[in-house]
Amino acid sequence: MIVALSLVNLVAVALFIFGLHQLNSPPTARAGNRLAMLGMAIALVSTLLQTQGIGWWAILIGVILGGTIGIVAALRVKMTAMPQMVALYNGAGGGAAALISTLEFFVLASGKGENAVISVSLVLSAIIGCLSFAGSIIAFLKLQELMTGRPITYPGQQVVNGAILIAILLLAGWFIATLGTMPMLAFLGLLLCSLLLGVLFVLPIGGADMPVVISLLNSFTGLAVAVTGFEIDSPLLIICGALVGASGTLLTVMMGKAMNRPLTNVLFGAFGSGGGGEPAAGSGGPQQIRSASADDVAIMLAYASKVIFVPGYGMAVAQAQHSVKALADQLEKRGVQVLYAIHPVAGRMPGHMNVLLAESNVPYEQLLDMEDANPEFPTTDVALVIGANDVTNPAARNVKSSPIYGMPILDVDKAANVIVLKRSMRSGFAGIDNPLYEMPNTSMLFGDAKASVDALTSAVKAL
Amino acid sequence: MNDIAHLIQLLTVLLLAVFVGFEVISKVPTTLHTPLMSATNAIHGIVFIGAILVVGALFAGPTSPLLAIISIAALTLGAINVFGGFAVTERMLQMFKKKEGPRS
Repeated sequence: MIVALSLVNLVAVALFIFGLHQLNSPPTARAGNRLAMLGMAIALVSTLLQTQGIGWWAILIGVILGGTIGIVAALRVKMTAMPQMVALYNGAGGGAAALISTLEFFVLASGKGENAVISVSLVLSAIIGCLSFAGSIIAFLKLQELMTGRPITYPGQQVVNGAILIAILLLAGWFIATLGTMPMLAFLGLLLCSLLLGVLFVLPIGGADMPVVISLLNSFTGLAVAVTGFEIDSPLLIICGALVGASGTLLTVMMGKAMNRPLTNVLFGAFGSGGGGEPAAGSGGPQQIRSASADDVAIMLAYASKVIFVPGYGMAVAQAQHSVKALADQLEKRGVQVLYAIHPVAGRMPGHMNVLLAESNVPYEQLLDMEDANPEFPTTDVALVIGANDVTNPAARNVKSSPIYGMPILDVDKAANVIVLKRSMRSGFAGIDNPLYEMPNTSMLFGDAKASVDALTSAVKAL
Repeated sequence: MNDIAHLIQLLTVLLLAVFVGFEVISKVPTTLHTPLMSATNAIHGIVFIGAILVVGALFAGPTSPLLAIISIAALTLGAINVFGGFAVTERMLQMFKKKEGPRS
């Protein structure tokens, strides 16, 4: 029986891996998700057979509650709100891992066999699970704007976090060293300190760094699940946790690279919150900017042969993705080639812009990532920047004193004309001047992104 | 000794899974990174199965209301991951369309 169940779990693992593999291209991705679903269903049935349905009523309540919440939320969530949704799911996974540790603690405390491996993994999954849970909740609150999205800093922040970390390590040491006695106080202290650290480590991380944090929390949850696998001796959990951990880590590294900042800088840097004088981009005087009317811009767009849209978080905030697609349709009707250039850290999570544009029916072939987009700009007539700022800032290329110097950017300034849709002249998240706005080939179109794009669409239509 | 051999087996599994994970995930294009994250949310929903296993071990003996509540909480969070993760991934992936695809 046990052999048969292990074999079934092996099939489930194969389905998970093959499912993830099929995410390597949009046409096969859906089939991949279905395969992973099948894997999960198989693993679920085999597990229920293994435990012979003990605690079935609790499982039933869990499925009804969790299933309803999960599916209703999944169907209702707006695509612009996807980052906070993923943050919540990360938190749910981390929280479940920590609660499993708590249950396992009681199982062991009731006198079942305990060994060093179980003890260590129990402690680790409790710590990482709590970190991921609490951190994800804070990330959710920030993204949902239930609290400020800006970095929250206070003097001695690093010292406080360091002290809590040391407390966690001491408590963990105590717990593991007194193998067999299961000190309740140490375990509770561990849970509380880890929750607190989870809250405190996300607090100082602000808006534009969110893609990194979301990815990192994703990898934490994966890790917590893998460690839970050691705790309850389940290779299935170890493998799935490792897959998720690898995915989260890879995305974290990619996001860090796309911002040209090491992870430590994101976590402890509190970007744009203090220190470092404003880099004077040349003149030092007020920026010389030109503002254009929607009609001017519409003429420019309508008679262009190639236009590239550069979306950023501003497009998500204004819910402008459908308007953008409508404008693109109008332009394509006139024979203009329309492309979209997407910076890896545009938006609040990896791939955020792509999903929004997919929602408004933009074919994915038109979505270019940075490597493919940059060679296109020199032959582009108009680059239309919609709510993106720092990722288009040429200071990253040539102003050594700029905080974002070295960050790979979209070379929109190489296009013949640049139109920047912007609410006001306020600088971006990082509080850095953008010399792009002063360039002779740049014009600004002020206003809400959605309203501006709609105005452009009707102006193009009227031509 | 047996314990250590078993631990090494599990660590081997972990190591190989990490390598496979990096290999498979590195092939996922940036355009699908958000669905990738929600799909991995669903896959770490495997904790739901972990919760079922622990609940099975726990409820085989005498339990208390506190433990029942913690169990239900763990199972609920796991179920949110599994059902919500797959549902939202499915919803996103059906939006990714080809240019000259059949219009419906």
